[in-house]
Amino acid sequence: MERLRDSIYKWLGERIPLKELIDFISKKGVPIHSYSYWYFFGGICLFLYITQVITGILLLLYYKPTMESAYESVHFIVAHVPFGWLIRSIHSWSANLLIGAIFIHMFSTYFLKAYRPPRELTWLTGVLLLFIFLTFGFSGYLLPWNELAFFATKVGTEIAGALPIIGKPLKIFLRGGEEVSGATLTRFFGLHVAILPGITFIILGIHLLLIQIHGMSVPIGMKEGELKKEPFFPDFALKDFMVWLGIIIILLFLSVFFPWPLGDKADPFAPAPAGIKPEWYFTFMFLTLKLIPQKVIFIEGEVLGVLVFFFAAIFWMFVPFLDIWSAREKRSKLFTWIGIVSLVYIVSMTILTYILPGK
Amino acid sequence: MKRIIIYSLFFFASQFSFAKKDSCFECHNDLEDKLKKPVEMMKTDIHYQFGISCSDCHGGDPLIFDERAMDKKYGFIGVPDKKGIVQLCSRCHSNPEYIRKFNPGIRVDQLELYKTSKHGILLEKGDRKVAVCSDCHSSHGILPSIDSRSTIFPQRVPETCGKCHKDKEYMKEYGIPTDQLEGFSASVHGEALRKGELSAPACNDCHGNHGSVPPGIENIAYVCRQCHSSPAELFLKSPHKPAFDEMEISECEACHGNHRIEKPSDEMLNPQKGICLSCHERNSKGFSISEKMYSEINNLKSRIKEAELILNKVYKMGVEVSEAFLILQDAKSSLTNSRNLVHSLDIKRIEEVINEGLKNAEKAYKEGKKGEREAITRRKGFAFSLIFFVLLILSLFFRLRLRRREEI
Repeated sequence: MERLRDSIYKWLGERIPLKELIDFISKKGVPIHSYSYWYFFGGICLFLYITQVITGILLLLYYKPTMESAYESVHFIVAHVPFGWLIRSIHSWSANLLIGAIFIHMFSTYFLKAYRPPRELTWLTGVLLLFIFLTFGFSGYLLPWNELAFFATKVGTEIAGALPIIGKPLKIFLRGGEEVSGATLTRFFGLHVAILPGITFIILGIHLLLIQIHGMSVPIGMKEGELKKEPFFPDFALKDFMVWLGIIIILLFLSVFFPWPLGDKADPFAPAPAGIKPEWYFTFMFLTLKLIPQKVIFIEGEVLGVLVFFFAAIFWMFVPFLDIWSAREKRSKLFTWIGIVSLVYIVSMTILTYILPGK
Repeated sequence: MKRIIIYSLFFFASQFSFAKKDSCFECHNDLEDKLKKPVEMMKTDIHYQFGISCSDCHGGDPLIFDERAMDKKYGFIGVPDKKGIVQLCSRCHSNPEYIRKFNPGIRVDQLELYKTSKHGILLEKGDRKVAVCSDCHSSHGILPSIDSRSTIFPQRVPETCGKCHKDKEYMKEYGIPTDQLEGFSASVHGEALRKGELSAPACNDCHGNHGSVPPGIENIAYVCRQCHSSPAELFLKSPHKPAFDEMEISECEACHGNHRIEKPSDEMLNPQKGICLSCHERNSKGFSISEKMYSEINNLKSRIKEAELILNKVYKMGVEVSEAFLILQDAKSSLTNSRNLVHSLDIKRIEEVINEGLKNAEKAYKEGKKGEREAITRRKGFAFSLIFFVLLILSLFFRLRLRRREEI
């Protein structure tokens, strides 16, 4: 057995830098300090993404992306395919947990100022990944072609259409026509299973590579050299694995006790049901656009809202380059407050969407 | 919609008529109480909005601004008597050429129909208590029937008819009951109307509008058939039809009543207290058929309930059972169908439909049970995997601790 292992190792070692890789992993250390637990969220995001890929591929075996059969194929998956209900529920739940985990990972990185040099590109790719996964969520939501998804997509693409100059062509491009139709479904399917995974593969690859190059960041005020480190392998990897097992338990619990509902098939000619909302991670933007007055000075309220979010996203992406204090290993109160206000705003607006009557 | 547009157009056009000086309006507006009231009411009146004013009905000269305006030489008639009201209204409403200028779709046969009605016949005989146009449509402030404030708006018709027909003192000399409004209000039709179902019948839908006559034994069924065509068709082919005719029993009314028509229930067939007992003796063939219909319908009903209970439970447990719900829907359709078929008294046909329903209810129930087993299996599966993963986590935890100790 040992001889076989050695010969495989030798064979592989002649073809890839296996020894260097093992050396790198065995030397890699994770700093131990009072905020170390935030490091797990990166791993949780990665695990949930892998879950998405695996369950997504399994769903692809039965899913049919046409207006006539999308709903029926998902129904078939949950009603007749062995463990189809489990795969679909895990896919939907893990998608939602993934977005939640990305937000936590991002805000923990933000407040620990882990974006400071030399990790600006890690932050930038991370924020890009958030936008990519939000697009994943938006496109995937329509795929079962149910009533809620249909109207939420209608509202969502309508909002995109509010953008000045590019709004209308963008809306038509997204919808594949004037209205949400079979063409939209096909586009969203292509985006969800081909375009986005391709882009994710590249951006995520760069993100992970940068993490390996720079290692884990330590909070401002702590000196990396003075901190105790635990080996990444096997210690931190084992801990990561334990957290992943916990995530599996949560996913199974949610899927068994709260299977993701399928709802009613979308009927483009039916009136929109009351209380249509997008997925929870878009609700803070959705509610803002609803609460904004119809006209602010001379700009349309909706256009202004979309523009504010657009520039906020640009600002957020370039935070590492704007927060010049963190580059000097100093905590910036301004940026901490920007983070707190953003977080409180997102959380409170999300909660308000579900408790405000008629919103 | 077309009517609304026409009315709106005329409403706006008529605004110009307000600008015209009218002595009736000006003088009566300065008076008090009942002499002023018509002026206020007329402002919303459909006729006034079409440019028709006081003098068009009451005569007189609205261009003279003193009492001479009401001189008989100007055709002033004052308050017309009951018969005069009918003649007055029909002057325009029976004239197709005139009325079409305002609303081409409006009927012009109201007077002809009215003459055939009990109201019209009694009026002709000199009875001045009977209802004439203004009693139902009001005199001033007449609104189109589509206006919810109108006295002839479907939801207000029972109240309008009831104004006289529920008044015991007023109706005393006619020797007819006065509990129709009370009965109708408690009926399935009355309830539907109150809830806003404007297609539910009000008094005029069964008794007619202008040609109102109390329905005879033959025609009450004709009235019911207008809406309830399927049970009527079944009844006509049933053995009840010739029997009822022979016994001179009114068709639908015999079992369902007239004004106080309750929501039909299976209890109407109950052998202990059902409606069948009023004609059929116990142990008779007819009675045994009713007994059979009652027990079979109840059997299907309870099987459906059983299946529904389990399917709802399984649905809440998260198992996909929409197909089973569709099967259950078929069973429910059979139940509705069998209830309707009761009117045919064809027990063989009823049994066929019920058996079909039972088959579907059973199928849905089995699907529900299957779903319940599936839900339990899922929960068990989760429990096992929970144990497995917790053990795995614990073993990793201890492995890590052991490694730490070894390092120390």
